[in-house]
Amino acid sequence: MKAPAAQKHDERDERDDRRDGRSADGHDARPEGRKALTAAPSAQDAGDAGDAGDTGDSGGAGDDFDRDVLPTPPGATAGLLRSLLAPLRGRVALAVVLLLLQQAAVQAGPLLVAYAIDTAVPAFRVSDHGPLLLVAVAYLITAASSGGLEYAFITCSARVNQNALLDLRGRIFRHAQALSVDFHERYTSGRLISRATTDVESLRELLSEGLQELITVVVSFVYISALLLWLDLGLGAVALASFLPLALLVRSYQDRAGRIYRERSTAIAAVIVKFTETMNGIRPVRAFRREDANDAEFAPLNERHERTNGDALVEMARYVVGSRLVANVTVAGIVLWGAYRVADGSLALGVLAASVLYLRRLYDPIDRLGMFLNSYQSAAASLEKIAGLLAQVPAVPEPAAPRELPPTADGRPGREVVFDSVRFAYRTGGEVLPRFDLTIPAGQTVAVVGSTGAGKSTLAKLLARFYDPTEGEVRLDGVGLRDLANADLRRGVVMVTQEAFLFSGTVAENIAIGRPDATREDVEHAAKAIGAHDFIAALPDGYDTDVRKRGGRISAGQRQLVAFARALLADPAVLILDEATSSLDVPGEQAVQRAMSTVLKGRTAVVIAHRLSTVEIADRVLVMEKGRIVEDGSPRALVGGEGRFADLHRAWRESLA
Amino acid sequence: MPSTAATERSPAVRTLLRLWPHLRPVRARWFSAAVVAVLASLTSLVIPLVLKWLVDGPIADGDTAGVWLGALWVLLLGLAEALLFGLRRWLVARPLSSVEADMREALYRRLQRLPIAFHDRWPSGQLLSRATTDLMIIRMFLAFPLTFLLVNGVTILAGVIVMLSMDRSLGLLVLIPVIPVIVVCTVFEKRFAEASRTAQDQVGDVTTLVEESVLGIRVIKGFGRHRSQARAFRELTHRLRGTELRKARLLGGIMAVIVVLPELAIGTCLVLGTVRVADGTLSAGTLVAFLSTALALHWPVISIGFLLAMSQEAATATARYFEVMDTEPESAADDRPATAASQALPASPASPATSASPVSRATAKAPTAVKEGGLRLEGVRFRYPDAPADAPPVLDGVDLHVRPGESLALVGTTGSGKTTLTALIPRLHEITEGRITLDGVDITAMPREELRARVAVAFEDPTLFSATVGENVLMGAADRDERTDPEVLGRALGVAQAGFVHALPQGVDTQVGEQGLSLSGGQRQRLALARAVVGSPDFLVLDDPLSALDVHTEAAVEAALREVLADTTALIVAHRPSTVLLADRVALLSGGRIAAVGDHHELLRTNAEYAWLMSGAPLEPEEARR
Repeated sequence: MKAPAAQKHDERDERDDRRDGRSADGHDARPEGRKALTAAPSAQDAGDAGDAGDTGDSGGAGDDFDRDVLPTPPGATAGLLRSLLAPLRGRVALAVVLLLLQQAAVQAGPLLVAYAIDTAVPAFRVSDHGPLLLVAVAYLITAASSGGLEYAFITCSARVNQNALLDLRGRIFRHAQALSVDFHERYTSGRLISRATTDVESLRELLSEGLQELITVVVSFVYISALLLWLDLGLGAVALASFLPLALLVRSYQDRAGRIYRERSTAIAAVIVKFTETMNGIRPVRAFRREDANDAEFAPLNERHERTNGDALVEMARYVVGSRLVANVTVAGIVLWGAYRVADGSLALGVLAASVLYLRRLYDPIDRLGMFLNSYQSAAASLEKIAGLLAQVPAVPEPAAPRELPPTADGRPGREVVFDSVRFAYRTGGEVLPRFDLTIPAGQTVAVVGSTGAGKSTLAKLLARFYDPTEGEVRLDGVGLRDLANADLRRGVVMVTQEAFLFSGTVAENIAIGRPDATREDVEHAAKAIGAHDFIAALPDGYDTDVRKRGGRISAGQRQLVAFARALLADPAVLILDEATSSLDVPGEQAVQRAMSTVLKGRTAVVIAHRLSTVEIADRVLVMEKGRIVEDGSPRALVGGEGRFADLHRAWRESLA
Repeated sequence: MPSTAATERSPAVRTLLRLWPHLRPVRARWFSAAVVAVLASLTSLVIPLVLKWLVDGPIADGDTAGVWLGALWVLLLGLAEALLFGLRRWLVARPLSSVEADMREALYRRLQRLPIAFHDRWPSGQLLSRATTDLMIIRMFLAFPLTFLLVNGVTILAGVIVMLSMDRSLGLLVLIPVIPVIVVCTVFEKRFAEASRTAQDQVGDVTTLVEESVLGIRVIKGFGRHRSQARAFRELTHRLRGTELRKARLLGGIMAVIVVLPELAIGTCLVLGTVRVADGTLSAGTLVAFLSTALALHWPVISIGFLLAMSQEAATATARYFEVMDTEPESAADDRPATAASQALPASPASPATSASPVSRATAKAPTAVKEGGLRLEGVRFRYPDAPADAPPVLDGVDLHVRPGESLALVGTTGSGKTTLTALIPRLHEITEGRITLDGVDITAMPREELRARVAVAFEDPTLFSATVGENVLMGAADRDERTDPEVLGRALGVAQAGFVHALPQGVDTQVGEQGLSLSGGQRQRLALARAVVGSPDFLVLDDPLSALDVHTEAAVEAALREVLADTTALIVAHRPSTVLLADRVALLSGGRIAAVGDHHELLRTNAEYAWLMSGAPLEPEEARR
């Protein structure tokens, strides 16, 4: 009976290995920090405070985000677990009762063996078939009920687990969506993704296997110890005494293995990062002949993982030997003492047989306890990270009592934008926009120019309410953005950014993100208006081409056109373009400008561009420098003047000549 | 693996046999471990026999010395069992970790050398799961299913013999459930595996949605789409929950069968055995030993089902691994010694038909190669290897000559194949037809290493690696001396106007990339540019190198770049007039070929398409019709 236990243990151990691998690399190997190939970089354009070393600032040098440790309020982890299980109280209780009954049925076996040998045999000899009949019926009942209860318990506990996980997944997802863009810029996408995937997964493993294991182990420990004591006080006491060395063994294993496992998961994470980085950057790797250098860098990482992996397996071997030794020595001791007592008549033979059978069962789960501890440790760490994430308060919350936007003045599509004494600074300090006022009348197209780090993107993000200002208020037709319901806000303001992210799905679906109820005609109309129709029609399946599948080669410029078609379809009152045309060629950019002057005519527009060609269609130009608006006027006035804009514009005209 | 060779026909077995070369170096350890495992299992089976002897002999007889002897045996066997189990694990722990590591390293090496076209087809996540999960499954297979299919076979056989020898009829009785349990396990494994796969796929869907909603958070927020995302998420997670519950029901069912059937058989044995003990035809010791043995066989029997399932899984993992390993790396030109100078034309993909064309005439004039210097593309045709057969080629007969020391701008509409063309020069993709020469030497005739040392590229999407700023830039340096020369680094950063790096926390030693500080698009682009120019390459290929720069920086970079370009042969993909002006001449790529070459101002006047691309002026009617 030892072989099966050890073997089962082996298999669990290995499964744990796998989980460990998975938890390091994502459910199917999506590493922390991985970026989808199509993903835009998690650019630190937070306030595009780029050049002056502000990257350190916007990343929040020294704040929690750098270390992937969000502050978890005391008790939040336990509180999270409680709140997940609270609605399932009834089922949890039911599962526990089922397990108690099932264990009772399972553990009755050896008792019946003892009864059969000590009572039924003598009774049968005197033709009393009663006890034997009792044994037969009882065995039948315990066999059937342990099977039935096993089924009931597994399905019941699965329901508890799955409901809790469903709840948790939903909470993480909704919370992540509710958190501000500011948060997303600081907490890298890889971390967030692994919170919602690998961390949930490790909790799933704990709930679905570990917890059942723990309860089974505890219940059977208690049952068997009680039975042993009941069968014979002396033998039971010896068995109980063996718990002490076992407990020490488990403890020391937990310490040592815990350390090794942590090392191993760091090691595999390093392997994964190097691997992913190489594969995602395969072009520069090849072009700059990095293959051999990479091989040389990969080898020590891989070796370190090999070593820690070996350490973990050796540690496990050590634990197995130790626990088996304690168990087998105890069994031998009990056999010796029991045999003596049977020989001198102070112990029934059946009791000894039952005790030995029970002892073996008693020690079976000990190996598994080690495994449970591992999965518990990793799940606890995950849960803490999740609790830390959920404890983040959305910096840009939806209003409790939203106000509605007034109907636009005389039916015109645009709306007036007012920045009223707005100031913006990062929570970590650095001021990006000193206090300023700005009014953009409805229907005006404003171009914002300035060098990297001047605060253009921050201005745009305040208007799109990706951030809330530190002081002051941004108003749309007199209503503060803070008071607008999300749906109203997005009907009012749409922002198109440089990173034209495409979601998996067809091109048509990607455009329809602008307006989900749009018909195919609407979608095609938008694409035509922006000059994207031709290239889309030339794709293998036209508008139904899956952008992530074969043949869906879509260049950076084409992606920006698709992103712009979305905005056209959304038809907002205020449109913000943040470098939205950087990868377009001149005709593409002109198509965008044409669309703005036709399809989007009358909308209020804020256009941030590196290209001065964009400025030509603007009614008004703002030149920003170090967070301040240093020039403000019509393009003609500024070009004619002596300011910075005039210089820039002259240089640009020369390049066109 | 002789134990599995018998069932050669099964494709799973044939796949698994391919692991042998990797297992070979550690075969001695592995086979010892298998032997130890068999011994350990047998030891476990012997313990009940000793108990039987103890109960029937010394205990019944009150033989004290015998009791001591028996207990000693139990102790010794117990110790042996514990040590053997530990020994088995210890024997394979490090060797199998090293098998896994070696396979991973082989995979990494191979992947780095597979054609770019391969990487275009395979998402990095797919490759990564091969390098991690699949290899772990394989290691696990070598450690467990492979060993224990053998061990359990032996154990079951031995156990059955022991039980039959103890008592024939009880032995036969207890064997009855073996067949139905194995059958049920096998059937269940199949259905459970299907459900698991469904669940895995659904987890994949959930993950994709999570990933996209995080990566595309600005789009979702920008369009207020978070409610529909949440709805989609709820739907997917509910579906996943349904599958998981189905899995639980299947598992519950099988566990019930596995528990009940053997228990029933053992219960029957107990009742019959009791009767026989009462009759005196069976000793009490035999009954105890028999029941112990029967319970000991319980697990090996059940485990056969999932051991087979794990083997199946390992076969899939192995197949996935070799899918990559069987792909041919970039053609062997790499490894060939530098016969390059001899212009080994036949190595080029050019068909005999094309080599009879002007191409061969060009090679015939090899001595004049100096005059033919610079970068030359002749009749270059290219179609992506995975493109549908009927799709027109991306490049269809490109002829282009960049003279030595000259810089040429390449202009064309979005999607016209400019970026594709730049990838052909360092042979990231292989041209379908035609040839490309550098200073008169066919690029297919020179080792890739040399080719890529001579051609430096700055890509449209600037990728930085997890390393310091300095290391990232100096990747482009030609040799070790340059790599350690701070002046070289300073000059390159100067050209790219990347002075911002000195304001980073640790200056040029600041870690960037996945594991470091993330930089803005413009910053990364400047570092990529510095990387391209740092080695003062003979040939420079720049793909829209200034797109993410603001006007000020762009002007400064242009000024510095002009000096670099003065004596470098360069091909520059350009979207804007300002970039075009960096170059001496411009080529217009249109319809897969070079439609015009000339001076920027000249083309503005004479070529309508060019004028349209550069200034947006509508095509003039008569020219448009042309």
